[in-house]
Amino acid sequence: MDTVVCVKHVPETAEADIVIREDERGIEEKDLTFDINEADNYAVEEALLWKEKFGGSVTVITVGPEDANMTVRMCMAKGADRAIRLDDERFEGSDSYAIAKILHAALKDMDFDVVLTGIQASDDGHGQVGPILAQMLGIPHAASVVETEIIEEGKLARVHRELEGGLHEVVEIELPAVLTIQTGINEPRYASILGIRKATKKEIALSGLDDLGLGEDEVGEAGSKTRLEKLFLPPAGERAQILEGPPQEVSAELIGLLKDKGVI
Amino acid sequence: MGDVFVLAEHRRGELREVTLEMLGKGRELAGQLGGQLKAVLLGHGVDAFAKELADQAHEVLVVEDERLENFNSELYQKVLASLLTERKPTLTLIGHTACGMDLAPSLAAELNLPLATDCIGFEFEDGRLLAIREMYGGKLQARVSFLESRISNLESQYMATVRQAAFPLQELEPLGGQIVALDSPLAEEARRKKFIEYVEAAVGEVDITQSEIVVAVGRGIKERENLEIVEKLAEAVGGVLAGSRPVIDAGWLPPERQVGQSGKTVKPKLYIAVGISGASQHLAGMKGSETIVAINKDPNAPIFNVATYGIVDDLFKVVPALTEQLSGA
Ligand SMILES: Cc1cc2nc3c(=O)[nH]c(=O)nc-3n(C[C@H](O)[C@H](O)[C@H](O)COP(=O)(O)OP(=O)(O)OC[C@H]3O[C@@H](n4cnc5c(N)ncnc54)[C@H](O)[C@@H]3O)c2cc1C
Ligand SMILES: Nc1ncnc2c1ncn2[C@@H]1O[C@H](COP(=O)(O)O)[C@@H](O)[C@H]1O
Repeated sequence: MDTVVCVKHVPETAEADIVIREDERGIEEKDLTFDINEADNYAVEEALLWKEKFGGSVTVITVGPEDANMTVRMCMAKGADRAIRLDDERFEGSDSYAIAKILHAALKDMDFDVVLTGIQASDDGHGQVGPILAQMLGIPHAASVVETEIIEEGKLARVHRELEGGLHEVVEIELPAVLTIQTGINEPRYASILGIRKATKKEIALSGLDDLGLGEDEVGEAGSKTRLEKLFLPPAGERAQILEGPPQEVSAELIGLLKDKGVI
Repeated sequence: MGDVFVLAEHRRGELREVTLEMLGKGRELAGQLGGQLKAVLLGHGVDAFAKELADQAHEVLVVEDERLENFNSELYQKVLASLLTERKPTLTLIGHTACGMDLAPSLAAELNLPLATDCIGFEFEDGRLLAIREMYGGKLQARVSFLESRISNLESQYMATVRQAAFPLQELEPLGGQIVALDSPLAEEARRKKFIEYVEAAVGEVDITQSEIVVAVGRGIKERENLEIVEKLAEAVGGVLAGSRPVIDAGWLPPERQVGQSGKTVKPKLYIAVGISGASQHLAGMKGSETIVAINKDPNAPIFNVATYGIVDDLFKVVPALTEQLSGA
């Protein structure tokens, strides 16, 4: 069972202050910490579980800057066999379509049974790259996968797709296929100290535009179909009434307000 | 042409609400684009839906085929690729649902169309269509433009997936559209992907949708051991404990306690969100609550946009204080 996992190195923004860049088309990244995209972490775990069960290999691949080495190295520390990083300054400005194109160029001549991606990236939230990649590779896909069963290696899998409200749909899908993995599908492992130490010495294969045999007009803004024009703060709607003061005081105030409203 | 196509989404004999939301917005956009609004309905035995849709569209295009009884992205893509190539609507809207996420990106890629996903708004600038969508878990919004296809000289065509409940249902004048039956372009069964069955969510011990007070805990709680302090708050306030997805993913609470798009929708009198950022998929399951209290140390957390009262502070300080006073009172 040979699996390729597409992983994205993303900024942690749930708890951080986000500052919009001066050109309004991106955010200031220097004070942010980066890590593997949450859903991709589950995808890596799923691939490692298959490797333990069926043998074979796990390859992780990312389109990202040198810093993204950290993310793919952590995947190797957990047991991925191989890591590939695709990077070129001409990739700048790529939308999901162009990112899929870059990944496709690297994957099209590779042998694999399954390609995994996350359901969506936590920064852009597009949820596009996996199914587009499948289309480009000419293989089937299933999005939002929360359970997998390999029925016949290299031939057939049965997966649960998560629908709304806790409902699942079971589908059978021919392999090779692209599956986009939803969080919660498994329990991602932590890397061991020994694993981390070993991974620091492993090589990360690096390819750029020319190595991939792509033209300049196929990537970056030229190769994209959409363009992020401007980032802005959500319009201030009816914001919450913010209660201020030390915990004891705000608690008393809140309880008073809730009692007045008759909700407690 | 300027037509707007809306893909009708239905499941197990029910038209899904996002369809009507898209038709409402689609009517406005078709007006702005100078075209017609058309609902596209694929399925088997869906006459009743066609009638319902006819009220809300200038035309309902129906592809009746027993192979389309249940959603299957492989078959949907085949039918829609043929339909969109032939009829060339300016804009095609698909719900940003589990179905839309499985279908739209590969369909758009096949047809070479620009696609914006999870859209919450549309604008025109110099006659050009722009999509509005959220980024960074709702902390920012982005204006996205669709680039003209350089490959063909055909009229511009775009595709967008639309967030559920982003456009409120409106009372609109019926359009009394025509129902047009189209031949199914499907020549064979699905080969690569087969629908097998639906699996219902397991029924748990507690039904959080029945409680008048829900106290929900999010990733801000950091460790399983810490859950206890929120549990105590729930007890003190007489509510049931629920959680955001990461808390359920980690196995700290059972699945039936998850609030949100892929969990339960709750509408209690009081909803207290503790250490929850307020991503759209979470809001989908709780924003109908009467009174919402949010406790979060980040003043920019999107949860404060839907909350009635907010406390911007460390939950580990606020929650015990609140519990203590509630217990004492
Ligand atoms: C298809 C799909 C379906 C989904 N369905 C659901 C769903 O049904 N339900 C759901 O919840 N999510 C769902 N999600 C996930 C959703 O996108 C978010 O990732 C999730 O809601 C985030 O949960 P959170 O707010 O607990 O965590 P985070 O976004 O990580 O937020 C944690 C918050 O805690 C705050 N915090 C941290 N420490 C403290 C402290 N000491 N004191 C106070 N505050 C603190 C932080 O400021 C932050 O705002 C879905 C995603 C997808 C793609
Ligand atoms: N730059 C990237 N490098 C590698 N994989 C990516 C990249 N961007 C997106 N992906 C993969 O595609 C998934 C969906 O991303 P998106 O379509 O951007 O929401 C992610 O979870 C990753 O698995």
